[in-house]
Amino acid sequence: MNIVVLCKQVPDTESKIKLLDDQSGFAEADIKWVLNPYDEFAVEEALKLREAGKAEKVIAVAAGPKRAEDALITALAMGADEAVLVEDDLFNWAEAYQVAQALAAALKEVDFQLIICGKQAVDDDSAAVPGMLAELTNIGQMTVVSKMELNDDTVTGWRDVEGGAQEVLEGKLPLIVTANRGLNEPRYASLPGIMKAKRKPFKRVGLADIGLSSLEPKTKVVGWSLPEPRAEGKMFEGNSDDLPQRVSEVVKLLVDEAKVL
Amino acid sequence: MSKKRIYVGGEWLIGSTDPADVFTPEDFSKEHEMIYETTMDFVRNEIMPQMERIESKDFEFSREIHRKAGELGLLGTDVPEEYGGMGLDKVSTTAVGDAMGRAGSYAVTHAAHTGIGTLPLVYFGNEEQKKALLPKLASGEWVGAYCLTEAGAGSDALSGVTRAMLSKDGKHYLLNGEKMFITNAGFADLFCVYAKVDDEHFTGFIVPADTEGVSTGAEEKKMGGHGSSTRPVILEDAKVPVKNVLFEVGKGHKIAFNVLNLGRWKLGASCTGGAKQCVSEAVKYAVGRTQFNKPISSFGVIQNKLATMTVRAYISDSIQYRLAGLFDDKLDTLDGHAKKEGMENAKAIEEYAVECSISKIYGSETLDYCVDEWVQILGGYGYCSEYPAERSYRDARINRIWEGTNEINRMLIPGTLLKRALQGRLDLLGAAGKLTQELVGFSPLGVELPDTPLAVQEQMVAQCKKIGLMTAGVAVQKFQQKLIDEQEVLELIADLAIEIFAMESGLLRAQKQLDKNGEEGAKYHIAAVKVYVDDTVPKIEKWAKQLLAYVEQGDTLRTQLAAVKKLARYQPIDAISLKREIAERAIELEAYPLFF
Repeated sequence: MNIVVLCKQVPDTESKIKLLDDQSGFAEADIKWVLNPYDEFAVEEALKLREAGKAEKVIAVAAGPKRAEDALITALAMGADEAVLVEDDLFNWAEAYQVAQALAAALKEVDFQLIICGKQAVDDDSAAVPGMLAELTNIGQMTVVSKMELNDDTVTGWRDVEGGAQEVLEGKLPLIVTANRGLNEPRYASLPGIMKAKRKPFKRVGLADIGLSSLEPKTKVVGWSLPEPRAEGKMFEGNSDDLPQRVSEVVKLLVDEAKVL
Repeated sequence: MSKKRIYVGGEWLIGSTDPADVFTPEDFSKEHEMIYETTMDFVRNEIMPQMERIESKDFEFSREIHRKAGELGLLGTDVPEEYGGMGLDKVSTTAVGDAMGRAGSYAVTHAAHTGIGTLPLVYFGNEEQKKALLPKLASGEWVGAYCLTEAGAGSDALSGVTRAMLSKDGKHYLLNGEKMFITNAGFADLFCVYAKVDDEHFTGFIVPADTEGVSTGAEEKKMGGHGSSTRPVILEDAKVPVKNVLFEVGKGHKIAFNVLNLGRWKLGASCTGGAKQCVSEAVKYAVGRTQFNKPISSFGVIQNKLATMTVRAYISDSIQYRLAGLFDDKLDTLDGHAKKEGMENAKAIEEYAVECSISKIYGSETLDYCVDEWVQILGGYGYCSEYPAERSYRDARINRIWEGTNEINRMLIPGTLLKRALQGRLDLLGAAGKLTQELVGFSPLGVELPDTPLAVQEQMVAQCKKIGLMTAGVAVQKFQQKLIDEQEVLELIADLAIEIFAMESGLLRAQKQLDKNGEEGAKYHIAAVKVYVDDTVPKIEKWAKQLLAYVEQGDTLRTQLAAVKKLARYQPIDAISLKREIAERAIELEAYPLFF
C-alpha cells in the first residue's frame, strides 16, 4: 500500500509579515517559505510506517504556486519517494475549498490507501482541508492524533482530549489522518537525502490536466489586519511595606481595566 | 552550461574578473540551500539549547552530537562517496562550515575533525588507508585530530623534534615526542601525527589513539572554546606500523601545507558564519532594548555599528564563496582519473593558497570585529555570561592564532605571489612593467566613467590594484632577495592584497546582483560595496605611502607619492546615509540582511 502525505508550503513563523499597502494581502518579498511543521509530522510518520514494512511508497502531494515545489522537495529530501504538485498561481491566495477540490481531483490518479497530513497549516490555521477532502473523496477521517498504529486494514489513533485524557479511535482504510504535535520527532533532511531528492519522480499537473476548469471558492478573504502592537507593561514599584496596597491596586486594574478577572 | 574561465591564483591582482564567473551566495542551488538549512536547523535544535552542557566539557555528549552530525552527512562533504562520504562540491562544504560557525565549541570539534583531522587521509592516504579509516570518520563513529604543533615548534612548524625510528625488524616506527595544543585530543580516535624519521625526514603518520605508547596530557585551561578538548599528545615509543606512514617518508611538509590551505579556507567560512550570527543577535537585541524611551536600534551610533558589522560580514561572505567557486571550477577541470587522485585535488587547491590565507585572515578579523561590537551593543549585559555574546567573544579570539597566525599568513601572501612570479605562473613583473609606462602622464581626471551604479567603485578597485602593484614592485626592486627580511614591508603588501581582494569580491558580487536584479533589487549589495570601498581606499593610500616612505627618498619618493595620490584620487560618498539604509534593513528583518 501507498501513503499520501499532504504538504503545504507556509511562511516560516519567524518571518516578518508586512501587509501590502492596499491591505489585500501580505508582501512576499521577505518571506521565508517552509514545509508546514504539522505536515512534517505527517511525513515522518509515513516514513516510519514505510521503514517498518507497512507501506511501499510515500507520495508527497501539494496544491500550490510554483514555489510550493520546495515544500515537496523537502519531503523528498526527508525520504518520500515521489511528489505530485498541482501547480497554479491561483493557489497563492486560495482558500480551503479550492485546495481540497484540487487535491481530490489529483488524488484520483494516485493509488493510495492512507492520507496523512498536518492537523492544520500554521499560516491560516483553518484546519479545513482534511475534512473537505474526506468528504470529496468519500473516505473517513481521524483528526488530531498524537499516536497512531497502522494495522492490516485499519488505523488506531490516539487523540488528546480535555483534561489530559486520551480518546482511542479506530478507522477503516482508506482514511485521512491528521497529525498533532507529539506524534513523532520529524527527521532532518540529511545531506544524502538532499542529494537524492532531485532524482526522484516529480510530477507537475495543471488544473486542466486533472479535469478542472475553475475552482470556485466557498469563502472570500475580505480584508487583512495586523494585531495591535502590544501595549507597554506596567511596573508597580515600592517596598514590602506597601505590598498589600499594591496588590489591591493590581487586582483592581486587572478587573476594571484589563478585564481579565 | 558553458565552461567557466579558470582564473589562476592571484590573477585578480593584475587582471579583471567577469562577475558572471564568480560564485556568490545568491548562486546557491536548491541543494546548497537545503544543506545550509539542515546544518542551521541542526545547530539551532541540537547544539544551541545544549550549549551549557557542551561548555561543561561533557565530551561524551559532544561525541553524541558528533555522531548525529555524521548521520546527517555533515562530516562527509569532502569525503568521496566510495569511502562513505558524499564527495560534494566545495560550495556545499562552505555552506556547512558557514552554518556550523554558530555552534560554539562544537564548531571547533567539527572543523578540526572535518578539516585537518580528515583531509590528510582524503588527499594523501593510500587506497587501503582510505578504505579502512574514512568511513569511520565520515560517519562520526570516530573523531579525528591533527598533531603538528610542539612546544618549541609553533609558527615554525617544520622545526618539531618528535622523532620516528624504524624498528630493527623494519615493521614499525617508534614515535617519541610531545605534541601541543591538539584539538579534540581528549576524545579523538585517530591522530595524524608528524614526526621526523631519523631526525631528518619530516613525515606524516596515522596513529590510532589506542596505539601502545600514545597518551594525552591534562586539558589546557583556555580563554574560550571551553567545550572543545585541547591537550598535549604524548608519544613514548609509540609503536606505529610501517603501513601507517601517510603518503611518503620525508614528504610530510606537503601534507601539512596542503591541508593547512584547506583548513584556512574552512576556518574563514566558519568565522564568517559566526560574524553573520553576531549581526543578527546584535540587531535583535538593539530592537528590543529600550533606553531614553526608544529602542536603541533607533540611535545613529548603534545603526552605524550594525551597518559596519553587516558590511564587513558581507565582504567576508563574498570572499569565502568566491573562493569556494574558484576551487569548484578548477576541480571541475580534472578528468575522471585525476578527480579520484587525492594528490591532484590537493594540487588544484594549492593554486589558491594566497586566497586561502586571505580567507582565513579576513574571516577571523571580521569575526573578532563583529563579536566585539556585539558585546558593545549589549553594554553591561554583553560582559555577563548570561548572554551568549560573552562566550562568543572569548571563543572568537583563537581564530587569529591557529591554522597559521594571521601574521604568518600575512608573510605567506607576498612570499607566495613572488614565488609564482619567479616561476612564471603569474605575470606580476610584466604587469608592473606595463604599469610604469602607463603611469607616465596618467591622469584619472581624463577618464570618462559609464553611468552605472558601481562605476566609481569599479574604477577605484582597478586603481587600488595599480597602487598595490606599483608599491610592491618598488619594494621588490629595492630589496630583491632581501625582501624576505623586511617583514613590515611584507605586512603592508599583504594588507594591500587582502583589501584589494576583499573590495573586489564584494564588488563582483554586487555587480552580479545588479546584472540579475537591477538597481532596486541589488540596492543593499550596492550600498554595502559603496560603503566598503569608501572606507578602504584611504587605507590603501595610507599603506602605500608608508611603504614608499620607508623604501625610497628624495625626488624618487616624491614622484612615487604623487603617483599614489593621483591613483587614489577619490571623492568621498555620503556613507552615513547609506549605512543608515543598511542598518534600517537589518532592523526591519531583525537579522543579518544580505543572505539570499
